[in-house]
Amino acid sequence: MSVENGIGASVRRKEDQRFITGNGHYLDDMNRAGQAYGYFLRSPHAFAKISNIDLSAAKAAPGVVEIFTGADMAADGIGGLICGWGITSKDGTPHKAPPHNSMAVDAVRHVGDQVAFVIAETLQQAKDATELIEVDYETLTPVTNIAKALASGAPQIHEEAPGNLCYDWELGDKAAVDAAFSGAAHVSKIDLINNRLSPNPMEPRAALGEFDAGSGELTLYTTSQNPHVARLIMSAFLGIAPENKLRVVAPDVGGGFGSKIFVYAEETTTIWAAKKINRPVKWTADRSEAFLTDAHGRDHVTHAELATDNDGKILAFRVSTQANMGAYLSTFASAVPTYLYGTLLSGQYKIPSIYVEVQAGFTNTTPVDAYRGAGRPEATYVVERMMDTAARDLGMDPTEFRLKNFIQPDAYPYETPVIMTYDSGDYPLSMNSAKEMIDYDGFAARKAQSEANGKLRGIGTAAYIEACGIAPSAAVGSLGAGVGLWESAEVRFNPTGSVTVFTGSHSHGQGHETTFAQIISDKLGVPIESVEVVHGDTSKVPFGMGTYGSRSLAVGGSAIVKAVDKIVEKSKKIAAHLMEASVEDIEHEHGVFSVAGTDKKLTMGEIAFAAYVPHNYPADLEPGMAENAFYDPLNFTFPAGTHIAEVEIDPATGDVEIVDWVASDDFGNIINPMIVDGQVHGGVAQGVGQALLEGVIYDDESGQLLTGSYMDYCMPRADNLPNFRVSTTNTPCPSNPLGVKGCGEAGAIAAPAALMNAIVNAIGKDIDMPATSEKVWRAINSN
Amino acid sequence: MTSVTMTVNGKQVSADIAPNTLLVQFIRDNLRLTGTHVGCDTSQCGACTVHVDGDSIKACTMLAVQADGADVTTIEGLAKNGELHPMQAAFREHHGLQCGFCTPGMIMSAVDLVKRNPNPSEETIRTELEGNICRCTGYHNIVKSVKAASENMGG
Repeated sequence: MSVENGIGASVRRKEDQRFITGNGHYLDDMNRAGQAYGYFLRSPHAFAKISNIDLSAAKAAPGVVEIFTGADMAADGIGGLICGWGITSKDGTPHKAPPHNSMAVDAVRHVGDQVAFVIAETLQQAKDATELIEVDYETLTPVTNIAKALASGAPQIHEEAPGNLCYDWELGDKAAVDAAFSGAAHVSKIDLINNRLSPNPMEPRAALGEFDAGSGELTLYTTSQNPHVARLIMSAFLGIAPENKLRVVAPDVGGGFGSKIFVYAEETTTIWAAKKINRPVKWTADRSEAFLTDAHGRDHVTHAELATDNDGKILAFRVSTQANMGAYLSTFASAVPTYLYGTLLSGQYKIPSIYVEVQAGFTNTTPVDAYRGAGRPEATYVVERMMDTAARDLGMDPTEFRLKNFIQPDAYPYETPVIMTYDSGDYPLSMNSAKEMIDYDGFAARKAQSEANGKLRGIGTAAYIEACGIAPSAAVGSLGAGVGLWESAEVRFNPTGSVTVFTGSHSHGQGHETTFAQIISDKLGVPIESVEVVHGDTSKVPFGMGTYGSRSLAVGGSAIVKAVDKIVEKSKKIAAHLMEASVEDIEHEHGVFSVAGTDKKLTMGEIAFAAYVPHNYPADLEPGMAENAFYDPLNFTFPAGTHIAEVEIDPATGDVEIVDWVASDDFGNIINPMIVDGQVHGGVAQGVGQALLEGVIYDDESGQLLTGSYMDYCMPRADNLPNFRVSTTNTPCPSNPLGVKGCGEAGAIAAPAALMNAIVNAIGKDIDMPATSEKVWRAINSN
Repeated sequence: MTSVTMTVNGKQVSADIAPNTLLVQFIRDNLRLTGTHVGCDTSQCGACTVHVDGDSIKACTMLAVQADGADVTTIEGLAKNGELHPMQAAFREHHGLQCGFCTPGMIMSAVDLVKRNPNPSEETIRTELEGNICRCTGYHNIVKSVKAASENMGG
């Protein structure tokens, strides 16, 4: 029996009605009576000492309510922003986490660093007053490039981090790798730059703080992917308010891609200021501020080497990376180039030994943290560019080289040399189905046709793997995580049979209100329109760790299933009582409870009603039908697949046209195929953006951000992209009850390597991202 | 302060506003029609697209006083008598939105593009939507939605 709108159906999204009619509630759409407006004075310098801040003229300006500086926050005992994942260096020392004040106290370390917070009756008055603040800066020489920052003689950004080094980390067996390399028939080498990106969710960050002097409760409405985590950090580390007096609400959030995970200076300052002036305060970033202050992504410099034998088998892999952390350590920044990167360097391949070392350092740039994929796109980019390079060195077809070295479908569980245990997959199947989709064997003929038309044609493959649903809590704790990575849910029946589901996951475009409702519809037979999914409010949802790392369904969905299991267990007892049968004889399917071997049955709705009107009810059972569950995963999940890109390049202009894109992804079981396809489209588009168009650029000398608007930072537009042909294979995840793996980041992980391999294949030369037409033209015309 | 009067979603509205008030600020702050969004500060993203006298415009590039006497339609005025406009219905049917933030502007631009190009090719749709940025969908399903809507708009 299947259920309408159940698991596996492309149900049209419940949340869309409000979005397509303009009735969404994004942060900046909200206002409070008596609200004042906040605006930040930001540093115009990349690196400077502050000797004095004169607020007198600004405070006298029309409409100004109050102006705060870092000194005011410090005097009030408010702590600095924190990094929640501790990394240990090779020599056993903990990573360096220099002070990160919400507003500067004595120095600024990147353009856009907060200096003062001006609160006025109107936003315009706040902006005007900000211009009247006089700051005495003593400018210092900045450094923005990670290789230069880690070189000797570089400007010293924090006295707590000598040589600008945050950590020097390693993973794997160096001696085994060195031995394998010394005896290898072939060694292939590659140098790569993984470009710095600005996440750019279309809704800029915003905050609205409110203080209730009567109850002493503070409420922060904010653009967050994880409101409970924000509350925890603001309470435990910054001392904004005790957790029980702090409510954090993330209403409709217009995209995140990682950038709204973090606890930032602006949100923190806004809620603190609301209490100080006892008035609601609202701050909304403009796009320029988003470019200056939303945590950036990637920014790695890497050298990698692969040892192979005469038969084309991989013997060992060696990787050395420098990672730019920016001016301060953001909330989860330290984990991205280490446990989310080094641990994925085995890719889909059987590699006997791997060694990776990562030096992370500080620069005078915006902090860098997790951005869609977080460490895994960087790993896939290194592994998959390396595979193409090695295949080329060996004179093999790149897909044949990969197929020869894949972990085989009967090898699970498979332990990699970099501490992961892959649980399921069929990598040859994904690759072969992608090759078939794009007619890989017909490429030579298409290339000849392009050449006849004066064009270069290339084909590129990326066989990616990612680790999603970061888990289990004890394991990540042993690697330095400061939090548990479980999820919680409550499934609450109302007496009339409708259901409210509370989830600690957060939707900012993913469609949880539909996907999670499908699970309830399927398992409990409730019509989908009678299921309401509530998320994003610490006063409603029991607890939560939020949404990132493609964890919502694998972890949050599993918590819902656990709560559903408790509902079913209780319902069986009620059904047995009402139908005068023994509990063991009650059978359940999709919300219908029947007595085995009879035609007696009751629906979930009837049982829920009986639980709230318990006139005829088991004596030893509590009334009510609401169950809570926490779910801590047993393992990561391992989505994997193959993407193949085909490009045609005009050698006269260097312009790259993507002529075809195919994807064969293994996400395990799928709840809503329409939503999954959409996630892949969006992920690929961001990956194509990284490979062709996007790149954050700082001026080397002044440290000024040169790509601070949509005039300068090239976002992918509709006419930059092709249609994507996507498909899925399915090896169910064995470690969670839904058998799901996660799909939100796959496209962004696979796409850059596939596209760059295609471009390198077309032009016969290595180039770095973004492959702008100028860069491609120069490469074609270089010797 | 200066006085403006215009018709918004079929209703006449008047207000005294600062002369430098942008049309998008007037719509969001004065009229509390918050379906029109602001996603950038350089008139690039298109989240603020509305119709002024039938043409799509970015409401962040126009002063409210320039719309004095005009007939303005926002996303809230697109559905008629509770019935979705075919473009709105197509975006839902074809999963043309994810986070929803760019969606109102995208839909308003798309309605105008189909009005000017009754049977648009995929290439035309992609070129015409160049002024509206979406970070979620990769545009694949937006293009599909616009194409489907154009077939239902009697084009």
